[in-house]
Amino acid sequence: MPEPERGRPDSRETVSLYVVGLFLLVVLPVLNVLPAEDSWFHLSDFRLNQFGKFLAFAILALGLDLIWGYCGVLSMGQGVFFGFGAYCMGMYLTLQIGTESVYGSELPDFMVWTQVKELPLFWYPFKSFLGGLLGAILVPVLFATLFGFLAFRSRIKGVYFAIITQALAFAAWLVFNRNETRLGGTNGLTDFKQLLGYRLSDPSTQRGLYLITVMALIAAYLLCRWIVASRAGKVLIAIRDSESRVTFSGYTPWMFKLFVFVVAAGLAGLAGMLYVPQVGIITPAQIGVLPSLEVVIWVAVGGRGTLIGAILGAVAVNYGRSVLTNYFPEAWPFILGGLFVVVVTLFPDGLVGMLRNLTDRKPSPAFKADGRTAA
Amino acid sequence: MTDSELILNCENVVMDYDGFKALNNCNFKVHYNELRVVIGPNGAGKTTLLDVICGKTKPTSGKVLFGKGTNLVGKNAEDITKLGVGRKFQAPSIYSNLSVWQNLDLSLKRASKGVFPTLMGQSSPAERARIEEGLETIGLTEHAHDRAGSLSHGQKQWLEIGMVILQEPSLLLVDEPVAGMSDKETEQTGQLLTKLSEKQAIVVIEHDMDFVRQIAKIVTVLAEGTVICEGTVETVQADDHVREIYLGRAIVAH
Repeated sequence: MPEPERGRPDSRETVSLYVVGLFLLVVLPVLNVLPAEDSWFHLSDFRLNQFGKFLAFAILALGLDLIWGYCGVLSMGQGVFFGFGAYCMGMYLTLQIGTESVYGSELPDFMVWTQVKELPLFWYPFKSFLGGLLGAILVPVLFATLFGFLAFRSRIKGVYFAIITQALAFAAWLVFNRNETRLGGTNGLTDFKQLLGYRLSDPSTQRGLYLITVMALIAAYLLCRWIVASRAGKVLIAIRDSESRVTFSGYTPWMFKLFVFVVAAGLAGLAGMLYVPQVGIITPAQIGVLPSLEVVIWVAVGGRGTLIGAILGAVAVNYGRSVLTNYFPEAWPFILGGLFVVVVTLFPDGLVGMLRNLTDRKPSPAFKADGRTAA
Repeated sequence: MTDSELILNCENVVMDYDGFKALNNCNFKVHYNELRVVIGPNGAGKTTLLDVICGKTKPTSGKVLFGKGTNLVGKNAEDITKLGVGRKFQAPSIYSNLSVWQNLDLSLKRASKGVFPTLMGQSSPAERARIEEGLETIGLTEHAHDRAGSLSHGQKQWLEIGMVILQEPSLLLVDEPVAGMSDKETEQTGQLLTKLSEKQAIVVIEHDMDFVRQIAKIVTVLAEGTVICEGTVETVQADDHVREIYLGRAIVAH
């Protein structure tokens, strides 16, 4: 009985991948462009753009799923890496505003009203698109390498790692809030006009950004699937099952954790980079403790240890938010918290686990509801 | 026998837990291709001795010389594993969310177990053949693609033995392999260990005296952290000191 070769997905998964890819890449944009605006089939620019934002969140969730769902290391600081990516792209977009700004100065508006006379040095790389692009990936990756090295090598694990990452999120929020950081303080970066010469207010630009986001999500998904299908992916699950045993199989667990933490940070940066031009604003409120915790809820709701679950959870929870906040804006935090409690206690395998139970009786391969918690 | 025939030589090993000496000047030697059984009352330091050898805990003082004089003290567990020491834990310690095959595949001895070789690596036909061979040895061929967590207790014990075998250690440390096994499984385990000892040195900790008699040639008795007696099962059972320690225990009754 040969073991299936790595990376060869089962046919059902391949088919669903094609179907979902086709739906996101072709069907939704076509529904946006072709049907008349009053047609029942018409997808408004607003909805398409909103969906693009959800899919950027899905990339963020994929990264957390790798480190938490597969490797069992709960990071409550993914919002920070998302923020790094978002701010890097935001700085590029801010400099692209040029003299279209309110004050008509080459300097960003917030610098004018906070009496900054010259562009700070660290803003210079973001004059070019390439600077923004590379920064959005490299800054989170390098930061995660350093932070992860220090934390994992010192064998900080479980709930202690979760607390440290939460402290990191809080510290980042404080730093980004300060005017002296020269990143716009509490107001963040906003009022963007153009990206590589394309007007951001133009629906076709937003459509393009949506399509790029879908392609980035597909690429991120394939990368994650390649990792979890490899032998290293099995080591991740082994670390979650019994970290000390892994050393007696000859592997060094902290190196694997560091690797997957860095990949997750890179994905978070990518997500932030795609988020900013579609949403048009990035502020410290979007990168602190609460946004980092929300990512955990998305993944838990979708189903830990299944990549599809992370995507599904991110889209479903955010869609739920956009609908429910229309009707009960104050109740949303309670709904979100309640959802988390219900899912963790009653459906530990999340939406994917429920769907699996409906379609067949096979247990999920990656995460079993055997009473294990990640932290 | 000279020291050059020793695969393992523990010299004056002390393991001091805040004044409690789990190992107290313990001297313990094992030859190449030897099957050694270590017995002793609860708290004698048997498991601690294995922990010290495989790098799970660091001794307070003393040397653990392995093979051609490599001192294992101070090395971390994964390096000791790579040097050729395999450890089977007392409670079956397997990766329950991976399949039996994947458990064995991860354990298989490989040139490098770093992140990137592990990420890129594909099993070669020879490696797959070795895994299949290992499955046969431990009798789990039928269960190759079952989740390891769904196996019975005895099967889990066997799987862990298989995982350790595939690491191709030159020294195998086995902690109470037959605990919780049926009589038949116990006997099969004994045969397996005897067969393995043709190629590698094995140290087995065991309480079950019937099992000890089945497999042991030389028995080491450990008490209060030191070796008090060493010899054949008969010699050891006839020893007055051992009788004293085990007074009222199973070994006297036999």
